[in-house]
Amino acid sequence: MRKRLKGAVIVGAGATAILLWVAVTPGAVQAQAGGQVPTPGAWPRVTVPRMADGRPNLNGIWQALVSANYNLEDHEAQAGPYTELIGAYSGEPAGQSIVEGGVIPYRPEALAKRRQNFDNRTKVDVSRDETWHDLGDPELKCYMPGVPRATYMGFPFQIVQGSSDFMLLTYEFASASRVIRMNWKEESPGDFWMGWSRGRWEGDTLVVDVTGQRKETWFDRSGNYHSEALRVVERYTLVSPYHLMYEATIEDPNVYSRPWKIAFPLYRRMEKNVQLLEFKCQPYAEDLLYGRFRKP
Amino acid sequence: MTRRCLIALLGAAIAVVSLLAAPVAGQTRTPAAPLRTPWGDPDLQGIWNFATSTPLERPAEVGEKAVLSAAEAEEFEEKLAFDLTRDRRDGGNEADVRRAYNEHWMDPRRLQLLSDKRTSLIVDPPDGRVPPRVPLTPARKQAAQEAAARAARFNAGLPLSAQDFTPPVRGIIRTDRPPYLGTIYNNTAQIFQSPGYVVILQEMIHSARVIPVDGRPHIGKNLRQWLGDTRGRWEGGTLVIETTNFRRDEGAVYGNADPDTFTIVERFTRVAPDTLSYEFTISDPNTWTRPWTAMVPWARISEQLYEYSTHEDNYDLVHLLVGARVREARGETVPEPSGRPGGGDDR
Repeated sequence: MRKRLKGAVIVGAGATAILLWVAVTPGAVQAQAGGQVPTPGAWPRVTVPRMADGRPNLNGIWQALVSANYNLEDHEAQAGPYTELIGAYSGEPAGQSIVEGGVIPYRPEALAKRRQNFDNRTKVDVSRDETWHDLGDPELKCYMPGVPRATYMGFPFQIVQGSSDFMLLTYEFASASRVIRMNWKEESPGDFWMGWSRGRWEGDTLVVDVTGQRKETWFDRSGNYHSEALRVVERYTLVSPYHLMYEATIEDPNVYSRPWKIAFPLYRRMEKNVQLLEFKCQPYAEDLLYGRFRKP
Repeated sequence: MTRRCLIALLGAAIAVVSLLAAPVAGQTRTPAAPLRTPWGDPDLQGIWNFATSTPLERPAEVGEKAVLSAAEAEEFEEKLAFDLTRDRRDGGNEADVRRAYNEHWMDPRRLQLLSDKRTSLIVDPPDGRVPPRVPLTPARKQAAQEAAARAARFNAGLPLSAQDFTPPVRGIIRTDRPPYLGTIYNNTAQIFQSPGYVVILQEMIHSARVIPVDGRPHIGKNLRQWLGDTRGRWEGGTLVIETTNFRRDEGAVYGNADPDTFTIVERFTRVAPDTLSYEFTISDPNTWTRPWTAMVPWARISEQLYEYSTHEDNYDLVHLLVGARVREARGETVPEPSGRPGGGDDR
């Protein structure tokens, strides 16, 4: 794949001449020539930043640019809810599927619930504990989004990788956070909105095994869903200092006929002094959730 | 069970707990060779607990005494433990059941006095008490009265709407907002570090406080946040962090201070492998007559931090609102504000 150009540079140092071999990528050569831009999906081999222990340094603020939060699968541009109130503000952009093969392999009997979720996505009813979570997209209610949805919600998140057995992933949306326990044996002691994450390195890839997720989270605003049997295995691979490739294998035998995979790149936020800000959205959901119980 | 018997039992429990864990408190010296991260910063990474029964302010009954003798400490602990415990059996069945709910959640470390036997977490002013407040402006006075009225409605079981509940009850902020002071439970935080950052994840409400320690300026002053905006620097082995830019929402800033003038400076020093010294200084000329400082040692623990979520399953908020509508129909009314806080501030 990678071509090497021989560049001969003569350096005068006293009477000695030193010959240097300079290796450059074709892209770099062509960029110098003012030509071709990089090809999407093709990642030339680059030097990635590393920590003192030799592992790739994933620290930074990252953000997805896909519109998968509307729908993991192919989606046309469409009107959103309540166009009579907010017009094109709720319009939803088109996007290509991030699912390998294009389509989530639902078991035939499991598809009806996705449709039902979509139809009820803007409805809520918290009048009874037992049916508290039955209606509405959890995002609408400002609930913690779970994994992998937190990764592509359109909000940035920060990876904090230090020198302990723990890494932190902290998300702007709802201030959700996940501790990644490295090489951890203990199974999830309970069900959590952001799951129970155990990490390990496979070569230069951080692999995170996520179990113990609450069954109520969704994958997108289209009602794609899972059950309590969900297992997500994420793979984070630096493909350049500015791009972090994200892949997740999703399995849940109650809902899908086989494991399936999503993949997309995360982009490093590069603005000077960029930082995660707060999106504590609970107050924005309270009128919708609890308005009917207020004093008339 | 008699009160004396209960105190004896609690005393025994405290003695056992003290033997098991005796964090070194009150040290402010930095060890000669502090633990360092591979990139050279002092290493604060770990899981820490900051529960204690030592009160923020020195109780009136100990007078000017800043440190107790061993015998006094024992008596002091017993009384604090008794005041904190809900298992008092002196209020009838209904009160007993109500107290038992909180007792179930209580962190046993809450029954432990600091090993340096201080009578208050506040170390300055020397009287161990929060300084007197300055008179409020008419606008802030009105806001305080409205907040007191909301608290009174909450405490009477007559909240008008979700907005009558405090930020902790609504699941917005709790112990993640500085200063870090113990409550009856979940007094646990995990500290993460990466080159140029320290991150403090408090268990309660689950928000991580990401602190740049790279010399960058604060965000714009009109960009306010529930946790404020924090910048850090290293002074020897001590992490010094300063926080401004708190939101103006009711309950967002500590002590109902003025968010425009409130600042808090916190200092973390790893005084021993298993002990962090946490010190904070609060100043706000629009709220207190002088700055004040408190010190709380944090003990390294081997337990894990778990996800804390409130908003996602906040059944009780609905129960309380539905109950309020029933109480109104019965003709119940809200008594005058008593000064009691409106929930989620249970020490």
